[in-house]
Amino acid sequence: MIDLLSYAAFFLTMALTYAVICLGLNLQWGQTGLFNVGVAGFVAVGAYVSAILTTPPIEGRLGGFELPMIFGWLGGGLAAGLLCLAIGALTLRLRSDYLAIATFGAAVVIQLALLNLEGLTGGPFGVGFIPRPFGALQGDADLFALSNLSVMIVTVLICYLALEHLVRSPWGRVLRALREDETAARALGKNPVTYRLQAFAIGGFVMGIGGAAQGHFIGFIAPDNYLPILTFQVWTMLIVGGSGNMRGAILGAVLVWAIWAVSGSAVSALFPTEQQARAASLQIVMIGVALCAVLLLRPRGLLGEAGTLRRAKTRTAPKISEGTETNA
Amino acid sequence: METIRGAVLSAHGLCRSFQGNRAVDDMSLSLAPGELLGLIGPNGAGKTTMFNMLAGSLQPSAGRIELMGSDVTAEGAEKRLGRGLGRTFQIPRPFPRMSVLENVLCGAQKQSGESVFGAAFRIGASRRDEARALEKARHILDFLLLSYLTDQPASVLSGGQRKLLELARILMADPKVILLDEPAAGVNPSLLEQIMARIVDLNTQGVSILLIEHNMDMVARLCSRVVVMALGRELAQGAPDAVIREPEVVRAYLGDAA
Repeated sequence: MIDLLSYAAFFLTMALTYAVICLGLNLQWGQTGLFNVGVAGFVAVGAYVSAILTTPPIEGRLGGFELPMIFGWLGGGLAAGLLCLAIGALTLRLRSDYLAIATFGAAVVIQLALLNLEGLTGGPFGVGFIPRPFGALQGDADLFALSNLSVMIVTVLICYLALEHLVRSPWGRVLRALREDETAARALGKNPVTYRLQAFAIGGFVMGIGGAAQGHFIGFIAPDNYLPILTFQVWTMLIVGGSGNMRGAILGAVLVWAIWAVSGSAVSALFPTEQQARAASLQIVMIGVALCAVLLLRPRGLLGEAGTLRRAKTRTAPKISEGTETNA
Repeated sequence: METIRGAVLSAHGLCRSFQGNRAVDDMSLSLAPGELLGLIGPNGAGKTTMFNMLAGSLQPSAGRIELMGSDVTAEGAEKRLGRGLGRTFQIPRPFPRMSVLENVLCGAQKQSGESVFGAAFRIGASRRDEARALEKARHILDFLLLSYLTDQPASVLSGGQRKLLELARILMADPKVILLDEPAAGVNPSLLEQIMARIVDLNTQGVSILLIEHNMDMVARLCSRVVVMALGRELAQGAPDAVIREPEVVRAYLGDAA
């Protein structure tokens, strides 16, 4: 029973780190329509920067600097946001499909750089000994797991409230207008490049914080954690939960992570040890099946983009006749 | 064509080609303050290309555009509305997944909540601006008889209502000049009367309007002067009644058979 509690807390903590990443993607894609297929790269930058800033000094790679964890998280977010700004400045003039190719390429470059810049990142061995929040409590498994979970709940809540405040502001309205029709938004005096760049960078900042948090809960990061499969997972989370809806992003992250975790346990329980590596692919299959099911049954995701459109009030009678109008 | 003194909008020698095909060829045009000028011509005459250049969404390959006396030739489309020029599109471009009210609010200019810094930190100023914009938007929706659709998503609007919505969006910026691209196309007769009445209202309030329209009856009723385009050039101009009787104009519309 005790094990179950700390397992549940650990599971939710991980799911919520994904929720933070997913919130960042929702600002970029759900609100602004920026097709970022390089999520893994920006998450990796957040994780590595935070790890390097907070770990104890180690021979053979940069740092660590033993800074308090909050600086690591903010530094990770800032680095990912600045990277988004730089990549965005080069690519946001591109049409959406080209932006996808460019961000995908950037993520691959980042992953390969992490793998090969041993002096900076530890190369294939990664970065270990990343301090965990409330590490002093590690003796009491339950208390430790719950305090970790509460850190993540607060983080998600802050990100959610901040982003929700932004997307409900006139600034957020301009992002949606640009997503819907760039030409019309330009004719209304909105500069697409400025707004996209801002949304891309802020989304990247949030992703970076998510990546940093993940690193600190696992305690160890390596380049293998940041392969394109991570991008795929986060995208699935957003689509399942409901693109354009911040609550949907959180819900999707928890649900898809649940499918991932449950199918992972099922694989290790059902298959003999020598088959397990191969059977692990079934996890990705399960995610794919969930994605297809949602797209077929609820194309706008479980929650959809509710809330940005106010509930339709009862319509009063039109003052002008609409009888024979033809649609242009 | 001579330049009108004190024109709010004027184009001098505009040219634009598409793959070697000259859509607009050395075209000049002036819009006097408070004027309601019609731009007519057969399909493919270059009217919309001309419009897109005036609105900044298409760069002319030669020529100069002046708006309220400033040279705006090289400026992008996003600068025009701030300078007092609003345009509608031939095929309306609403933001379909946003409500009618939100669509209109997008037309507001210089809102402090529209900068990311203002939205995040200058909350008081943003709220005040937004409240002012809301009041104005509701007023405009009343004026254009769209109030009963305020909270509907723009995707449910009919073609004619979309045209009104586009007009509502630019009215948020109190434009001095409005470019209307075929406001009558695909609109039912009763709604058309409403649209025409609103255009006249705006014009009486002092807004200068340049109108592309195929509905000659509408052009004759609204415009004091029309410019006829054919093959990217000006063919004729003058009072609507006189111009449509000119043999060159008849030939341009009907071909050599006429």
